[in-house]
Amino acid sequence: MRKMRRKGLASMAVQTVATTSNPAVDLGPAAALSCRECGHRVPLGPVFACEECFGPLEIAYDFSAYDTEELRARIEAGPANIWRYAPLLPVPADVAGKPNLNPGWTQLVKADNLARELGVTGGLYVKDDSGNPTHSFKDRVVAQALEAARAFGFTTLSCSSTGNLAGAVGAAAARAGLRSCVFIPHDLEQGKVVMAAVYGGELVGIEGNYDDVNRFCSELIGDPAGEGWGFVNVNLRPYYAEGSKTLAYEICEQLGWRLPDQIVVPIASGSQLTKIDKGLQELVKLGLVEDRPYKIFGAQAEGCSPVSTAFKAGHDVVRPQKPNTIAKSLAIGNPADGPYVLDIARRTGGAVEDVTDADVVDAIKLLARTEGIFAETAGGVTVGVTRKLLKEGVLDPAKTTVVLNTGDGLKTLDAVAGTGLTATIRPNLESFREAGLA
Amino acid sequence: MSVTVRIPTILRTYTGGQAEVAAEGGTLGEVIEDLEKNHTGIAARVLDDQGKLRRFVNVYVNDDDVRFEQGLETATPDGAGVSIIPAVAGG
Repeated sequence: MRKMRRKGLASMAVQTVATTSNPAVDLGPAAALSCRECGHRVPLGPVFACEECFGPLEIAYDFSAYDTEELRARIEAGPANIWRYAPLLPVPADVAGKPNLNPGWTQLVKADNLARELGVTGGLYVKDDSGNPTHSFKDRVVAQALEAARAFGFTTLSCSSTGNLAGAVGAAAARAGLRSCVFIPHDLEQGKVVMAAVYGGELVGIEGNYDDVNRFCSELIGDPAGEGWGFVNVNLRPYYAEGSKTLAYEICEQLGWRLPDQIVVPIASGSQLTKIDKGLQELVKLGLVEDRPYKIFGAQAEGCSPVSTAFKAGHDVVRPQKPNTIAKSLAIGNPADGPYVLDIARRTGGAVEDVTDADVVDAIKLLARTEGIFAETAGGVTVGVTRKLLKEGVLDPAKTTVVLNTGDGLKTLDAVAGTGLTATIRPNLESFREAGLA
Repeated sequence: MSVTVRIPTILRTYTGGQAEVAAEGGTLGEVIEDLEKNHTGIAARVLDDQGKLRRFVNVYVNDDDVRFEQGLETATPDGAGVSIIPAVAGG
């Protein structure tokens, strides 16, 4: 595998040289924006929806100059953060020297205790993204959007957020010296509100759920009031979304440049899952990993399960839902990339499943108890769904399986609020023994 | 019924750059038909070949997503605000 060389990967599918270009913008190998639905191309710019069909625009790259082994060596010699993969991201070559949070290269924990508990024999790993600077995977995507914002001359960084993103944007803007003004549902967990507000930017609660916040931000972009604003997950979304590819790159590199057999990913908008698939496909096409089958599984909470509902019903469109779950970071009732999640789960032989809030809490405790990893509710969703899919025989226990934990449990303390003191004793040995702790 | 329609940036080439236009119609379908009369070509951007809302378009009548209502049959009362918004945002 390591000896394989591919010079001039001119025929690879990911090599999509632009028919139009914007030479004033240096975003590395990013060549143009291409509609995922109809293929319509436009130059790199702060646009996110296709003017022909409203489909999502995504980055088309020119990777044609890369030699596999040179690229591998360059990555391995790179910094211990996402910028080791800068040649595969929409960022300038000197990105690592710019003021940003340098996220990524988080631990891939070999979860042997959890594996024993769940009966997994083929190797179970937790990709623990709580280790990022603002304690969720959102730092990865915001770092891409920040470079795009700089390239397009935006002075305010913004977003619609379920909480984690608001903190990531606030922190990234602070480091970069930009203004931030972010929008969240008014009833978020206190931990997330504090973690978003502390960076000093403006934090605005919207009276409504996340889908209402998202709608508001989409309308603000088209208004003069939103002029000069880079909304990381709206008008910068094509760039932002690419950050999730780094999860795929890291998992494979940390496994010794090998694809996992099975990967369980939480679904909110579905963007992360689709970009993990894109990242895996790119590694295969670049020759950095051996081409072998992998399955992608999506995880939702029952109280916001539009994608798993569609998957189980055999639909290829997603009917929106009104969310009602403790997994607020996944509470997107109208997921933009839902149809693509369905495509990918079916194409790879995976599935999309959901678990109850009680299962989410139990799974948070299971992961903490077995591996010392305190996950936020989204991590409880992935671990809970992993357990459920193993019980149902959908996940193969004999295969290498990676489960994502995308955020830190300190952000959602309310979910495990019943967890507390084992006993309260007087400060003497007698009291200790009486409590049955000896 | 007279309503106000908010036009997303990517469709403003059809409305001469206007972010809001007036339209007539008792249902969303009728409003889109009326938009097409005054802004030729706009309906084909919002509706697919079968005449259904494209899957990456969200339309709101006042604050209600029409997918939770009756789709193109959703009533558009006099004075209502209709918003057409790309669905690929967020997350």
